[in-house]
Amino acid sequence: MPQFAIIAVSILFDGLAYAMFLFITSVGLSVTMGLMGFVNLAHGAFAMAGGYIVVTLTRTLGVGFVPSLVIAAVVVGAASVVFERGLYRRLYRSTDLEQVLLTIGLAFMAIATATYLYGPIPKSVPLPDWLQGDVNLGFRNFPSYRAFLIALGVVLIVVLWYAFERTNIGAKIRAAVDNRRMAESVGINVDRLFTLTFAVGSGLAALGGGLAIQLFGLSPSFAVLYLVLFLIVVAVGGLGSLKGTLLAALVLGVFDTAGKYLFSDAGGFFVYAVTVAVLLVKPAGFYGRE
Amino acid sequence: MRKFGWLGIAALAFAVGGAAQAETVKIGVVLPFSGANADLGHQIDKAFDLYVKLHAKDIAPHKVEIIKRDEGPPTGAQAKTVATELVTNDKVQILTGFVFSPSAIALAPVVTQAKVPMVIANAGTAWITNLSPYIARLSFSMWHHAYPMGAFAFSKVGCKTAALAYTDFPPGKDSTEAFKTGFEKAGGKVTEAIPMGSPVQVPDFTPFFQRIKDAKPDCMYVFIPSGAHATGVAKAYGELGMRKAGVKLIGPMDLIPDNKLQDMGDAAIGTVVMGNYAVDLDNAENKAFNKAWHEAYGKDSYPDFMSAAGWDTMHAIFDTIKKLDGKVGDGQKVIDAMKGWTGKGPRGTVTIDASTRDIVQDEHAMEVIRKTDGKLGVKVLGTTKAVKDECKELKLGRCGS
Repeated sequence: MPQFAIIAVSILFDGLAYAMFLFITSVGLSVTMGLMGFVNLAHGAFAMAGGYIVVTLTRTLGVGFVPSLVIAAVVVGAASVVFERGLYRRLYRSTDLEQVLLTIGLAFMAIATATYLYGPIPKSVPLPDWLQGDVNLGFRNFPSYRAFLIALGVVLIVVLWYAFERTNIGAKIRAAVDNRRMAESVGINVDRLFTLTFAVGSGLAALGGGLAIQLFGLSPSFAVLYLVLFLIVVAVGGLGSLKGTLLAALVLGVFDTAGKYLFSDAGGFFVYAVTVAVLLVKPAGFYGRE
Repeated sequence: MRKFGWLGIAALAFAVGGAAQAETVKIGVVLPFSGANADLGHQIDKAFDLYVKLHAKDIAPHKVEIIKRDEGPPTGAQAKTVATELVTNDKVQILTGFVFSPSAIALAPVVTQAKVPMVIANAGTAWITNLSPYIARLSFSMWHHAYPMGAFAFSKVGCKTAALAYTDFPPGKDSTEAFKTGFEKAGGKVTEAIPMGSPVQVPDFTPFFQRIKDAKPDCMYVFIPSGAHATGVAKAYGELGMRKAGVKLIGPMDLIPDNKLQDMGDAAIGTVVMGNYAVDLDNAENKAFNKAWHEAYGKDSYPDFMSAAGWDTMHAIFDTIKKLDGKVGDGQKVIDAMKGWTGKGPRGTVTIDASTRDIVQDEHAMEVIRKTDGKLGVKVLGTTKAVKDECKELKLGRCGS
């Protein structure tokens, strides 16, 4: 293979794997923000909680990695309902500032709790043999874990797309994002819809948190460290849009990887450059409503 | 009133006339206890505590009072704040710790002004010791490992070409510069040098390593601030199958800290590093050190090169307290007493060079192997005795000023 093709394949593969992580973790944030206009800065904390549940299950209880991911997603998804019903619901009609204060406060509490329970030292997770090392995909070898990440991402995209575009609930969500008052007046219970999407979104964030351990390690600062990235994905994609979140994750993932690969001197500059460029042209993001 | 006056004089007489007045030496310890690099701080802190526990009697009747503060992230700002507070509010007489070079660099003007000795237990950017006459270093300069690694990599590891990858802050640049100097002098060719982001968080190393893998140099020299970064390097290197692809992993010992080594798995086997310490180094002091460590912290806790330097740091401070009979109020006298100090520790015999206040120590080329007991360990490939900081010997760049 010529050199430029090797480079292109390397960048696309790593960028795709990174994009899948971004998509899985951010999609819930995008939909809930689009639905309720609620600024949930504790989203990263839900992702972190998922990560620590995976660490506890695999390290302490000896559960396999993949079952742990599923359990973490379900547990965090269920727990998020308690937060939504108990705390978030009270601030739906409040100003952005009050919502930001509540949720960033939750994020800091989550950081302190994680530090208390697990200590500040980054955790790693034991992987099954089939996720370690590299795998031959016909024309060259790729790291198995990233191949797994891409495969999982594709499956989730298909499932989410089907749920969003082809089911009754999906249609209701889309209707509520488009025009909430209209949706309510035709009898859609937006409150309950929101609880459901919030739970699914938080569960997916937890899944993303679990998947991220192998990529970045997991420490209490995770709750805010990657929050900026999730918010960027949401902003670039457009609030409440599945397609937009996916496109934003792909663009940012591939550009970030390409930047690091080709121009490592510039560091993480490219993500921000792309964000600025996109928002200059489309202030509401790729698929946001202007 | 009169009675009390007499009492006071009697007390004074007793104090002056006593064989040795018991002093309490205040030592300020600045180490990272929070954030992604907290384990680096704990590795040194445990060594400090262990030394103080086992050797408190050596300085009797004097005592030490240790005040610990969080060094914070590797940017220097928080370290400067807490260390300045230690000097001005807590009136510490000696500052020690300092994992990160930016901390030591930021603090150098403060210790110069305050005339408080700063005994560095890790921060390894070569020119740090030139920044203040009150700095002494017990750990290493980046050049201790990286410079000899250049020649060793070329002649013994078989690296004709090498790509460099480093965490983008002063010691990273220093380490790669040192390696490059030694490597090119030996005849090797550096293909590229890739900065890999800030030390504050552990990046995903894959894009950087993938680029090196695609470029196919013989060897990849990596500098990272040890700890969690080292685990990340081993993970990415293993995942990408780089060893199979013919790219050898080399670097300073920061790549294989003993307390992380067992978690690295097969990916680490074959890594060749240059360094001053490993748990497997064969000397009596190291065996005793490891035994004491396991007794204090459990069998699954390992000391590493930072712990070994921490141990020697406290050793040097204790010897200085003894030498000055507890009178450490004059920073100049403390630093003068440390110049030329020599002691035996887990790393063998170490000396503080009287002219540079930097350490002189043995350097070992080591390869990671699977030992017969199934654990990972190192095999010593070669040893150079009494190595000085080559950057200051050659007076290169800021080391010459």
